[in-house]
Amino acid sequence: MMTEQQKQAIRVDLQLIAEMVEPGSRLLDVGCGDGALLDYLNHDKQVDGRGIELSAEGVNACVSAGLSVIQGDADQDLDDYPDQAFDYVVLGQTLQATREPDNVLANLVRIGKYAIVSFPNFGYWRVRMGLLLDGRMPRTSTLSYEWYDTPNIHFCTILDFVDLCTSLGINITRGLSLNRDGKTKDITPGFGSGMRSVNLLGEQAVFLLRKT
Amino acid sequence: MNEQTSGQKNEGGAPLVSDQDVGKQVTLGVDEPLRLDCGVELANFSVAYQSYGELNADKTNSILVCHALSGDQFVSGINPVTGKEGWWDLVIGPGKLIDTNRFFVICPNILGGCMGTTGPKEINPATGNPWGLDFPVITVSDMVRAQALLLDHLGINQLFCALGGSMGGMQVLEWAAAYPERVFAAVPIATAPHHSAQNIAFHETGRQAIMADPDWHGGDYLNQGSRPHRGLAIARMIAHITYLSEPALQNKFGRRLQDRDAITFGFDADFQVESYLRHQGSTFVDRFDANSYLYITRAMDYFDLAERHGEGVLAEAFRGVDTRFCVISFTSDWLYQTAESRAIVKALNAVAANVSFAEIESDKGHDAFLLEEPEFWKVLSGFLEGAAERYGLAGQ
Repeated sequence: MMTEQQKQAIRVDLQLIAEMVEPGSRLLDVGCGDGALLDYLNHDKQVDGRGIELSAEGVNACVSAGLSVIQGDADQDLDDYPDQAFDYVVLGQTLQATREPDNVLANLVRIGKYAIVSFPNFGYWRVRMGLLLDGRMPRTSTLSYEWYDTPNIHFCTILDFVDLCTSLGINITRGLSLNRDGKTKDITPGFGSGMRSVNLLGEQAVFLLRKT
Repeated sequence: MNEQTSGQKNEGGAPLVSDQDVGKQVTLGVDEPLRLDCGVELANFSVAYQSYGELNADKTNSILVCHALSGDQFVSGINPVTGKEGWWDLVIGPGKLIDTNRFFVICPNILGGCMGTTGPKEINPATGNPWGLDFPVITVSDMVRAQALLLDHLGINQLFCALGGSMGGMQVLEWAAAYPERVFAAVPIATAPHHSAQNIAFHETGRQAIMADPDWHGGDYLNQGSRPHRGLAIARMIAHITYLSEPALQNKFGRRLQDRDAITFGFDADFQVESYLRHQGSTFVDRFDANSYLYITRAMDYFDLAERHGEGVLAEAFRGVDTRFCVISFTSDWLYQTAESRAIVKALNAVAANVSFAEIESDKGHDAFLLEEPEFWKVLSGFLEGAAERYGLAGQ
């Protein structure tokens, strides 16, 4: 069991994801890391949670903590799962590290009734300024890798992501952007703020998706 | 049912381990014979088993441990036959990872074995002599069905967990596929959903070594007063190589010489590795029956979970199974490689079963599951703890 303090300590984007999940649902967390979200959801929302994680350290930590997690990766292992096997499939801060983000995204909404995807926004003004003024590949507090050692090979902006969803026939049920201070903005299409300004001001985004 | 607490006499042949204490023993198949896969009906057969800890009032705290090819029921404490620690004493016992103060641990000797459960060295009631090759060919499914009868006898409807490595893992998989409602959690370790051509090839080499020994006498050695020690020892030497990794052999022995400063230009055991293998072979024959070795290796070769339970599709073998799985493999295991475990995980995912899977970094080869591997133990312990929590078994 996690303590209150640990619960509060889960990443802000994970909190936003957790809020989108109905209690008691079946959930698959793709790229679950050390299992912080799964652990939180298991205990706080009685979710039947499973995970996939690439790193052996992450997997061992998760299974040692009693979580149902397998070693695998989003590009290769999602094909194995049957259609609509889960209520939610979560991809938190992992999309940019996949080889084929479009296939992965299509798999998420195939396997889950809903997909929840969070990613760093490369349209964020600090990222743009970094490249414009410094002339070097941007590094931010959430993206601290050097260009040559980064696992993040497919960056996108919020606008890019919305375009990809449209072309894949994926419906955006809800959208949230997150700025540097942890403040959120509703960017659900048709209801929320203008995408262009959010694309400039949001450091991260979280989307609830489903197949149209 | 007829329960004995001490060993039985082997009246037909030379003294064997069954003259010694094989622990608890029960006669099963009394009211109704066990129908084996080969078609033969086996009645009044013995199953020798050990149990550790106490079954709780709800009968919900039992863990079935399935042993491997050369294992036996003495999983914890001192094995009375060898005088050494049980084969998983590191993991199972009071206060240990699988705490027998908390769990009721059952480990039966497999059907076809040679430690008190009916097998080819026991007496065929029809002839009064040891079965030898008249013993019916058994399968992993037969072993598991015999274990299910043992649980019936013990009044255990559902196991909290079935676990085992190597052939023990095959039994665990068979348990989950054949009796999913009787297994809450399953831990198949360092195992495979079927025997590969390479697995069968190694086993066949071992069997040929036994059968080429003139003392084997067409399997009738117990009636002839002999034992195919040389053949069985060679089979064990071959198999032992497959249990270790190349780096493990290299680190342990390298090209170091055995009690000598120079090679002897002969065929004595010049190298330490030769001496080690000879020792492994010669100690094995003291505790293992050669015909049992033939039957058990055959059962492993015949094992094919997809064929048996899924019409050739492994995922179908697991459809509708609610068991929680924890699949574990080791990086340097080349006998049952991680790819085999991954195939199991892939099949479980295809039916959205509840599965954990960890590949443990180890240079100890297939035998890693029997040895001190802290990372493996952490994973195993965490899985069992999480499963126990969901099963409503209170922590210590």
